[in-house]
Amino acid sequence: MHELVQRLLDGDRRAVARIITLIENNAQDKEQLLRELFPHTGRAFVLGITGSPGAGKSSLADSLTSYYRKQGLTIGVIAVDPTSPFTGGAILGDRIRMQEHALDKGVFIRSMGTRGSLGGLARATKEAIKALDAYGRDIILVETVGVGQSELDIMATADTTMVVLNPGTGDSIQTIKAGIMEIADIFVVNKCDRDGADKMAAEVSAMLDLGHGQNPNWRPPVMKTSTLDGRGIPELVEAVSKHREFAVSSGLFANRRAQQLKAEVTETVEHYLKELLWQKAGASGEMDKLLEDAAQRKLDPYTIARRILAVFDG
Amino acid sequence: MEEHKIRVLVAKPGLDGHDRGAKVIARAFRDAGMEVIYTGLHQTPEQIVEAAIQEDVDVVGMSVLSGAHMTLFPRVKELLDENGADNIILMGGGTIPEEDIRELTEKGYAKALFTPGANTDDIVAWIRGVVQ
Ligand SMILES: Nc1nc2c(ncn2[C@@H]2O[C@H](COP(=O)(O)OP(=O)(O)OP(=O)(O)O)[C@@H](O)[C@H]2O)c(=O)[nH]1
Ligand SMILES: [Mg+2]
Repeated sequence: MHELVQRLLDGDRRAVARIITLIENNAQDKEQLLRELFPHTGRAFVLGITGSPGAGKSSLADSLTSYYRKQGLTIGVIAVDPTSPFTGGAILGDRIRMQEHALDKGVFIRSMGTRGSLGGLARATKEAIKALDAYGRDIILVETVGVGQSELDIMATADTTMVVLNPGTGDSIQTIKAGIMEIADIFVVNKCDRDGADKMAAEVSAMLDLGHGQNPNWRPPVMKTSTLDGRGIPELVEAVSKHREFAVSSGLFANRRAQQLKAEVTETVEHYLKELLWQKAGASGEMDKLLEDAAQRKLDPYTIARRILAVFDG
Repeated sequence: MEEHKIRVLVAKPGLDGHDRGAKVIARAFRDAGMEVIYTGLHQTPEQIVEAAIQEDVDVVGMSVLSGAHMTLFPRVKELLDENGADNIILMGGGTIPEEDIRELTEKGYAKALFTPGANTDDIVAWIRGVVQ
């Protein structure tokens, strides 16, 4: 067994941190690590928190963490922030709102940049979730800004997803456009200490009346919270529990997990297949010549594709 | 395939309420392609070290303007070592007199210290040089 996996299973947080780094960096040991972590995963409850920038996702993660810690549950947090597409750098500031938990050994917080690789974000995030799962965290909170396909993909891996909105921002209309309506198991109108929270909640309800939402047997509740004074947090926790119970009893939970596993196997096969293909095809050095022929219209891309795939023949 | 991205924790310990310098340096690091974890004002050495470990950063950069550098740097260094995180490079900046800089770096409490006039490009280059 990989030394880091053994240390992670023994509860060493530095090993967890290093494993997540190796996953993010796509390091050589990554496959071995994930293989050995897998048997220890599947226990944690994954709670997704998404919504527009500044909606209060990190603050809610902080409030929920406090609440769950009082119940004796251990918490992992993965907070994803956008990487600059121009420089590849990122400022990851979600911890600012969670610093009161910094010294609590029952809380492990990790910030991740999107790093912009195609499909890579969702992949790395899912893998980091596995590391925290194997580490034995009871609940894993995953925060992402709700834009883009890969973030929707991440949320598809959460057991329960909450979409955070703010009063008086026109958020609700944007939500429909972004297709986020369908991934919400729970809506949270945060900053309800401000004007317009009731109106916002009513708008979201009206949209749900129109039949938006993913599951005919689950109407996402619309919760109002304020992380400033703690209003609505116990009710939100209650709503999460209710969704979890529903998901378990209705078979939704088992169904989602089965789909995730299938998607994971499919993605991994395709990923390896691609690697193998280009390894083989690249080695033959034929590609450049074929492309040259295509440029002169002697060969078409379709014939070329068939020829490249012929590396798998025989 | 494998890509190591430099991760830096920019920390603002102590009581002074200015984090303009810390934010400027955080942006410079980001613009240089690094991932910067920023934890906000008034961090204790314990909080800084715990965040550095969980985030598995290569470098901790502390901005100290309060005059408490002679206690803060040794304390953070000591905690890093105690937690087996002595691989993390400790550096910093702020209004620190020349002789204190010499003492802190000579004793290994900080790998490098930059004063407010320092060029951010130089700091970036220094980090790239020490993170292998
Ligand atoms: N009035 C009010 N402000 C809040 C509330 N919750 C969060 N805020 C403030 O909203 C701002 C953003 O909060 P965050 O928790 O950082 O929001 P976020 O969605 O995580 O932001 P990003 O990660 O940057 O997208 C901060 O200034 C918070 O203090 C709330 O319930 N009421
Ligand atoms: Mg946030």
